[in-house]
Amino acid sequence: MIENTDSKGVMKRRSPLLETWDNLRRSWGGMIGLALILAHFFIAIISPAIVPHDPLEMDSKNRSALPSWEHPFGTDKLGRDVFSRSIVGGRVSIAVTLAATLLALTWGGLAGILLGFLGGWVDEFAMRVVDALLAIPWLLVLLIIVSAFGTDAWIQALTFGFTYGYTIIRVARAATLDYVTHDFILAARARGERKSTVVLKELLPNVRDVLMVDGAMNWSWMLLGFSSLSFLGFGVPPPTPDWGYMIAINREILATQPWSVFGPALMLSTLIVGINLFADAFAKAMGLDRSQGAPI
Amino acid sequence: MSQALVQVKDLSIGYHNKRGKLVYVLKNINLTIQPGETVGLVGESGSGKSTLGQAMLGYLRAGSKVKEGSVDFASHSMFALNDRQLESIRGGEIALIPQNAGKSLTPTIRVGEQIIETLLYKTKHTKETARKRMLELIAQVRLPHPEVIAQRYPHELSGGQQQRVAVAMALAGEPKMLVLDEPTTGLDVTTQAHILELLRDIVSKLGTAMMYISHDMGVIARVSDRVVIMYAGEIVEDSASKEIFNSPAHPYARGLLESIPRLALNGIPNSMPGQPPIPGTLLGCSFAPRCKFATDKCTSEAPQLHQMPNSARLIRCHHWEQVIAADFSQELHQVFHTVQHNTQDKSAIELENVRISYHKSDWLDRIQNKPQPPATVDDITLNIRRGETMALVGESGSGKSTIVRALSGLLGTQGGSMKFLYENLNLKVDNRPLELCRRIQLIFQNPDASLNPRHMVAEILDQPLKLYFPSMNRDQRRARQVELLERVRLDSRYRLRYPGQLSGGEKQRIAIARAFAAEPEVVLCDEVTSALDVSVQAAVLDLLAELQQEKKTTYIIIAHDLAVVKAIADRVAVLYQGRLCEVGAVNKIYAPPFHPYTETLLGAVLEPDPDTQPKLLANDTPELAPPAQGCPFQRRCPHHLGDICNTVAPPWQSPKDSPEHKIRCHIPLKELEVKQKEAMSE
Repeated sequence: MIENTDSKGVMKRRSPLLETWDNLRRSWGGMIGLALILAHFFIAIISPAIVPHDPLEMDSKNRSALPSWEHPFGTDKLGRDVFSRSIVGGRVSIAVTLAATLLALTWGGLAGILLGFLGGWVDEFAMRVVDALLAIPWLLVLLIIVSAFGTDAWIQALTFGFTYGYTIIRVARAATLDYVTHDFILAARARGERKSTVVLKELLPNVRDVLMVDGAMNWSWMLLGFSSLSFLGFGVPPPTPDWGYMIAINREILATQPWSVFGPALMLSTLIVGINLFADAFAKAMGLDRSQGAPI
Repeated sequence: MSQALVQVKDLSIGYHNKRGKLVYVLKNINLTIQPGETVGLVGESGSGKSTLGQAMLGYLRAGSKVKEGSVDFASHSMFALNDRQLESIRGGEIALIPQNAGKSLTPTIRVGEQIIETLLYKTKHTKETARKRMLELIAQVRLPHPEVIAQRYPHELSGGQQQRVAVAMALAGEPKMLVLDEPTTGLDVTTQAHILELLRDIVSKLGTAMMYISHDMGVIARVSDRVVIMYAGEIVEDSASKEIFNSPAHPYARGLLESIPRLALNGIPNSMPGQPPIPGTLLGCSFAPRCKFATDKCTSEAPQLHQMPNSARLIRCHHWEQVIAADFSQELHQVFHTVQHNTQDKSAIELENVRISYHKSDWLDRIQNKPQPPATVDDITLNIRRGETMALVGESGSGKSTIVRALSGLLGTQGGSMKFLYENLNLKVDNRPLELCRRIQLIFQNPDASLNPRHMVAEILDQPLKLYFPSMNRDQRRARQVELLERVRLDSRYRLRYPGQLSGGEKQRIAIARAFAAEPEVVLCDEVTSALDVSVQAAVLDLLAELQQEKKTTYIIIAHDLAVVKAIADRVAVLYQGRLCEVGAVNKIYAPPFHPYTETLLGAVLEPDPDTQPKLLANDTPELAPPAQGCPFQRRCPHHLGDICNTVAPPWQSPKDSPEHKIRCHIPLKELEVKQKEAMSE
């Protein structure tokens, strides 16, 4: 009541999203995180045009070279430029995990809200299935699906979207349970609104914040997951450069040429740190993190 | 004058908002409390009363700062102490009893142990003596069987019992002062009255000073010698209880007292327009924009809290002499106004032997042939006429909300029939035709919860329009929204606001507008004013009455405040444990003969008048389930006859002169009337 008034005591029109952006802008961590994410997007999009070397070109005379002006991160054991490969190497993983995040959020989010809203034995049964799925190590699930269906990018996006979706179900369901007993849901039901309207118009806008934060966190986990798959050789089919795969092949020369791993590791970690910083600040900006809450 | 116990000097507390601007919560507070004095602190939400209460204990909310001034308690300067020193004073010399005792007790420790802990930590008791003292304390707050209660966990106690334990715990440290922050809000009226009597007794016996914070003037009138009224972070009046209730000198105090529905007067009281400003933002008097006495001086020059000549009263007003000159009791009679109802003889809603049970017997029960527990609501037969206001009254657990939920189709019934004209209301909402849903609308108690925080007012009002009137186009709906807002006296600019940007009263108006958007014939109101400040409560009651007159709507209202019921209802149905006790026109219900339960409820009403005393009849031990047979009120009845009450369901009786008035009791009405008239004249 007090916060949104101007000097004359008249209330200003402000949407909750605008308010969130206003809070976010004040957070250093959040802005650094956002800058890192945007920088990665930018690099991923324009990288093919700016790479100093063809990332696939093998310079057989110059294998496992030390860093030089020509090769800032040196070359790998096949003589490929690590710097060029590092900046191109995020294209597939960012695209796949981003698509997978959206997929996971959509199906996991909707399923979670629906289960929270419906309750009863449907909810009970579905949640036990989710529990069972969560009990299987995620890497194993990914490996099984990928080895059965292949390593096409769209299969990977579907796989990640599916496996990370059921963690989102839990979050969406828990957030929904907070709201489902609120009177505005009862009011909508007593009005005779359809269930789909209640889920999409009444519950979703309230659960949205929690979902967006959880989606951001899931994205960073997916990036790690995707790199892990690549590392194990189930990611992007070689020779397309990818961070996880690069770390895997250069790991043998890690002791003598650490920079060959340093490049992809730096790219991967800056993106993940950026996402985490942003997600943290985003949650606080939306008032989800109460520990730092200001009075009123 | 003896040494003051508490001395608050020029206290200003504020915090910096997100834009770095200083926002005051308290401004220039000066307050003295003598040992053993009981002070009531009154104000609307946001007036800073809780902040002041917490400041007494040297506590500030995170982010708040003392900008100026000091709080001295028994020679300690509270804001100059370090954490360790504060810790030793709090809970010992000064103790706080918070609003929700259930949440302030540790859930995993037995209550007896929690009290012992305080004793060991704050007093010189040893383990052996502490145990004895703990039992004494529990007995002192009049909890039955101290040994049994001590072994309970907090969740095993009722709200009233938890609050008593909180009082016992506060007394354990033998404090010189108790700060109570709305300790009875949310409790049933009878429980509240009992706890207040207990507090009064204890405080006068032990000589403890008490600061009682509440928005409820009736409660304040009952417990305090002196009343301090706060408005927008400032003290506007500080007077002896009798003086302030009989002739308030500040226009705000007067307005506040005039806006409370009273049992002694008929109709709806006055309401106060406007809302308080942010403390310290106005050049002149904070109350000037809402004040009918305001002059140019009031808007340009801030009045100071000063002493009235030849009196101990403190007042912050330029024109108090003018205010106090008008006779208050006369003014009170003038501001109460009744609204004409146009009730028709045709009935709108008919309930016959309605039975609602939350219990679901599973297969194990069925195999064992277990008897079903008594239903939550049973044997409800009621006729509600078109255009009338029927009030359902009773304590929590009386089943009044359950009935309303069933009428709105959110709950199913297990027996009996509910009809609206010729439509079957036994169907749950999913099976009702949409047209039937439209004709019965529901308004909730708390607009914070009943309005979706993510929807703009325009969207909120659009929902029923879209649902029930699909032929309306965008522009028509928009025009209708503006019309509805006007109807609830809100500007059309409110369309673009979110609920979080509205005050409590405004939110409830939006909720009312949403219900009336459907053009309903029946509106079910669940405690619509109990979450609102008293100053806006009357305005909402007025609005409801006006809408009813205009649209000939039938209202079924739920309320626990019998004064509010008296203000707007035509007829009242009194419920206990889901069973009807009494039904009758409102003027009949409030005079003997009435059902012993009605008598109990009326006796517990606290009027904003220090000269009236509540009559506590039944004990306040809550019951969790209705008895298996006999009268539902048998265990608490002050006029219990004996075996017949426990075994035979009482018959319906009507006084000869008013056949409409029905009382369900074994005692002959003549006898009941004599007993009750005697009790009232005492």
